[in-house]
Amino acid sequence: MINISKMSKYYGEYPAVIDVSFNIAKGESIGLLGPNGAGKSTTMKVMTGYTPPTSGNVNIGGYDIIKNSIDVRKLIGYLPESVPLYTDMTVKEYLSYMGSLRGMGKNILNRVDEVIDLTSLNQYKNVLISKLSKGYRQRTGIAQAILHKPKVLILDEPTIGIDPVQVVETRKLIQNLGEEHTLILSSHILPEVTSICNRVLVIHEGKIVADDTPENLSNRLQTSNLCEIKVKNGKSNGIIKLLRNEEYIVDIRTKDGENDEFESYYIETSSVKNPESLISKILINNNIELFKLSSLPLTLEEIFLQLTKD
Amino acid sequence: MKNILTIFKKELIGYLKSPMAYIVAASFFTITGFFFVASVSDAFSEASIRGFLAGAVFFMIFLSPALTMRLIAEEQKLGTMELLMTSPLKDFEIVVGKFLAALSIIIVMIMGTFFYPIILIIFGVPDFGPIFTGYLGLILYSSSTLSVGIFASSLSSNQLVSLVVGSGILSFLTFIDFVSSRLSGAFGTILNELQLGGSFSLFDSSSFGIAEGGHFADFARGIINVYDIIFYISVSTIFLVLTIFSLESRRWR
Repeated sequence: MINISKMSKYYGEYPAVIDVSFNIAKGESIGLLGPNGAGKSTTMKVMTGYTPPTSGNVNIGGYDIIKNSIDVRKLIGYLPESVPLYTDMTVKEYLSYMGSLRGMGKNILNRVDEVIDLTSLNQYKNVLISKLSKGYRQRTGIAQAILHKPKVLILDEPTIGIDPVQVVETRKLIQNLGEEHTLILSSHILPEVTSICNRVLVIHEGKIVADDTPENLSNRLQTSNLCEIKVKNGKSNGIIKLLRNEEYIVDIRTKDGENDEFESYYIETSSVKNPESLISKILINNNIELFKLSSLPLTLEEIFLQLTKD
Repeated sequence: MKNILTIFKKELIGYLKSPMAYIVAASFFTITGFFFVASVSDAFSEASIRGFLAGAVFFMIFLSPALTMRLIAEEQKLGTMELLMTSPLKDFEIVVGKFLAALSIIIVMIMGTFFYPIILIIFGVPDFGPIFTGYLGLILYSSSTLSVGIFASSLSSNQLVSLVVGSGILSFLTFIDFVSSRLSGAFGTILNELQLGGSFSLFDSSSFGIAEGGHFADFARGIINVYDIIFYISVSTIFLVLTIFSLESRRWR
């Protein structure tokens, strides 16, 4: 469906994407994972025909992105990162307008209603977009992207800046979309990409550093070796002494900012399996009341460090 | 064609829903009304619309860019330009659709001034020739100014910048006769030929209220010169093409 070969994009002297090649088959859902400025958005802007690549070839659905730009654009539904909307229109007006721009015929209004249902925008369909919250704007943006049943759906950071409840709902919505479309999604959150996509491309400094399934990717990545625990106040020295005795524990630090009742610690372990269960066993055996024990997720930087090492 | 119509309809509704078109129309009627009255209220004054035309033509260098400043600048500010440019429509369809919407608004506005000639018919014996050519010229001239305004709108995402740049270009094409009259030779002639239509002589006490320049002068006197028509159509086309280039250059940045 999508073939990208040796594609580079420079903004002036600054390389945004360097010599990237990959293929995406029909029906795949791809996650582009990378920190801000890695080249995710640029790659997407090139695929949508918004900005031409400096060099290399991009082919979508058999059409060249430059020579057959209009044909390519017909295949694509795109939600830019900034979620551009006409704020002086209602949701319904906006969607009808976008539909007619995509050359949809008489059945526009039926399809608009269908999409409004799908994105649960029903109670807001006649509300001005300027009055909508960020989460509903995001849905309007997604509705706009799927309106014309595009073969390829490109969503740039679709869950950024919306509240956690809406993030969950939006992810669910996107996951369902992935079943009908070839989906390309960008994110800087690892769990988001692994839960929605069946293939992950990790981009770092304009280059693809990993291209794998979420399962293989998490196997390649070491699990985190940093835990946080929260216990009742008053037994601090006991805990530190207790845990220092264990050979797999590298370091214990107190976490600041807890109230009088509780105190928290960061515990760094060497790479043993399931450090959480080991730690909890020790604490419980010593009659220490445990209120929280969690392993902290890998930060993106740690992921890139690990992926670029091998 | 269908895409042009889609953009055209959207922009037309946009004009009717936003205050700018009404503000521009109100200013237009105030200014033209003043110049019309000033030109016909002297004793033995001519029953013509030349006073109204001269005022309309001159102040169009501010009113046109005010009408067009939103058209592209706002799309760039909202980021919706990215949606338009990734939708299956060509850049020229975007520009032409928007231009036609602005032109329609101006034409409706100009039609609103038909009561000036009606007043002339009631109270005097006007010559219909110059009235007809005056209106024809005014529409052609306005189309050029709108085209310059749209070009200015494509240069920035800030509407105020668009307004100032647009009025700046149009002002330059209006006072260019001051420059050309001080130059001799081919360069002076070329500059003289570029004068769009308005004239700053409008404010001279001797010719107050009736002063046209450049390619509008013949229309105001009742003469249809094919060369003037071609000039206005060329200016409109050139600035629309420049606007399309300006949009396209955005892709390469």
